[in-house]
Amino acid sequence: MRSGRQSLLTGLLWTAPWWLGFLLLLAGPMALSLYISFCDYPLLQPPVFVGGANYKQLVGDPVFHKAVANTVVYAALAIPLGTVFAVLLAVLLNRRVRGQALFRACVFVPTIVPLVAAGLVWMWLLNPEYGLLNTGLRALGLDQPPLWLESPRWAMVSLILVSLWFLGSPVMIYLAGLQEIPEELYEAATLDGASATRRFWHVTLPCLSPVILFNVVIGIITAWQVFALPFVMWRTRPGPDRATYFYTMYLFDNAFNYLKMGYASAMAWVQLLIILALTALVFVVSRRTVHYRGV
Amino acid sequence: MTYAALAVVALVFVLPLLWMLSVSLKPTREVLRPDLLPQHPTASAYREVIGLGADDPGTLRGDRRIESGKFNYLLYARNTLVIVVLSLVGMVLSSAIAAYGFARLEFPGRRALFAICLATMMIPFPVLMVPTYMIFKYLGWIGTFRPLWVPAWFGSAFNIFLLRQFFLGIPKELEESAMLDGCSRWGCFWRIMLPLSKPALAVVALFHVLAVWNDLLGPLVYLSHQDEFTLALGLQFLQSRSGDTPWNELMAASTLIILPVLVLFVFAQRTFIRGIATTGLKG
Repeated sequence: MRSGRQSLLTGLLWTAPWWLGFLLLLAGPMALSLYISFCDYPLLQPPVFVGGANYKQLVGDPVFHKAVANTVVYAALAIPLGTVFAVLLAVLLNRRVRGQALFRACVFVPTIVPLVAAGLVWMWLLNPEYGLLNTGLRALGLDQPPLWLESPRWAMVSLILVSLWFLGSPVMIYLAGLQEIPEELYEAATLDGASATRRFWHVTLPCLSPVILFNVVIGIITAWQVFALPFVMWRTRPGPDRATYFYTMYLFDNAFNYLKMGYASAMAWVQLLIILALTALVFVVSRRTVHYRGV
Repeated sequence: MTYAALAVVALVFVLPLLWMLSVSLKPTREVLRPDLLPQHPTASAYREVIGLGADDPGTLRGDRRIESGKFNYLLYARNTLVIVVLSLVGMVLSSAIAAYGFARLEFPGRRALFAICLATMMIPFPVLMVPTYMIFKYLGWIGTFRPLWVPAWFGSAFNIFLLRQFFLGIPKELEESAMLDGCSRWGCFWRIMLPLSKPALAVVALFHVLAVWNDLLGPLVYLSHQDEFTLALGLQFLQSRSGDTPWNELMAASTLIILPVLVLFVFAQRTFIRGIATTGLKG
């Protein structure tokens, strides 16, 4: 029988890659970042402790407000819209038809496209003058189609549109979820005279709700990190009225363009707290709505 | 009805990529025309971005960019591949070793450590961007590939979780009988566990390759010279000067970046979909 001490040593040895990484690349940097967030630190000079000044400055910073508002609007629109679309697509792709695998592959393929390339492709598709979309809209008789990326009103819509193109992963997750639903539930519902719509509301959705919760949480975390797409699509101009200037973009600019490391660190901590709070909120709300099948 | 809906959906999702391919094959004077197909298809845009006989590259620092050479596909692809290979080995190996520790070894504090490991999955990269930059700067690693591959050798919480779940599904008896025959812990891991876990390891490897191929923020923060650029950063750089870059070249560069991952997808489609499905359902 091995002693506890020895088993602890063996265990720590095997898990060393993780806990070393945790200390060196996560806990350490986070402690550093917390300290820096209370400092004025223009990178080239040593940090000077300034207390809560950075956080106080955030409260009154109009660009920060704009970035938060944009991110909230984006998350509030893209996540529900994306969820509805993804569930519907999954139900559609779950139908047993010929060529099912090909249809699935078509929906999934955009998710492997690097975001920079995707941003470029969509910039050209949404080009107000020469883009495919507006050419099509004009052909349909719309004389003045939207300016998309170049209009403050449509810029956000454009980004959400592009985000829907990346629904492949959630769709695949919902598809797998749909296949876990036992056939008997549908048979029983049909015997009770439930229509297809009622079966969707009373069998499919409740069974899928844990998967939806997972995707919503992932959606919240990624929405607060939106960076590459808007960075590519609006970098050359700051975007109309900063309509698509997001949280992580402002954090990046503060850190690496204005070299305000302390201010950027304060933003990072606020971001972390927001994500944690939102995730907790989703879990609390889900207690009422998410249905876990007894396994 | 279902069939028509499926066909329309599939077309909408693939159309942007077909349009990209079409524009990339157009000669420059045709780019602004809305024709679906190029009238005079040409590979001239590809010749411009492939990087054969390119002039010497310049430098970039934050937003103060010094004008320089063209998009150099071969060079950027080589850089990206170097990072992919160096980080892939570490990511798979370290994640598997740590996952084995969490799955198979009994030791005090294991549950607590694993709970912390799961919790760290919530922490987004932007939060760590500034302090890790400071650390890598202190180490003198800015402008090298090291910040982009060394961290992979510590595994990732998500992959450790994924592999641990898979390891738990493999019967313990296999290892127990091997250990009775004198097999060491490492021998069990290396000769029994890893070969049996190929499907899960493939998922981890595949997603890692995709993530590195796709990453913009990392290279943007850590790389400074154009001859170190990855494909994603190179394309972003080309686009940021797009006032003078014709769209057929941008689309040709995009096509060339997408092509390798597309081939990967075609060959590993099942692994992809299984990976996404299991991560989503067990998460």
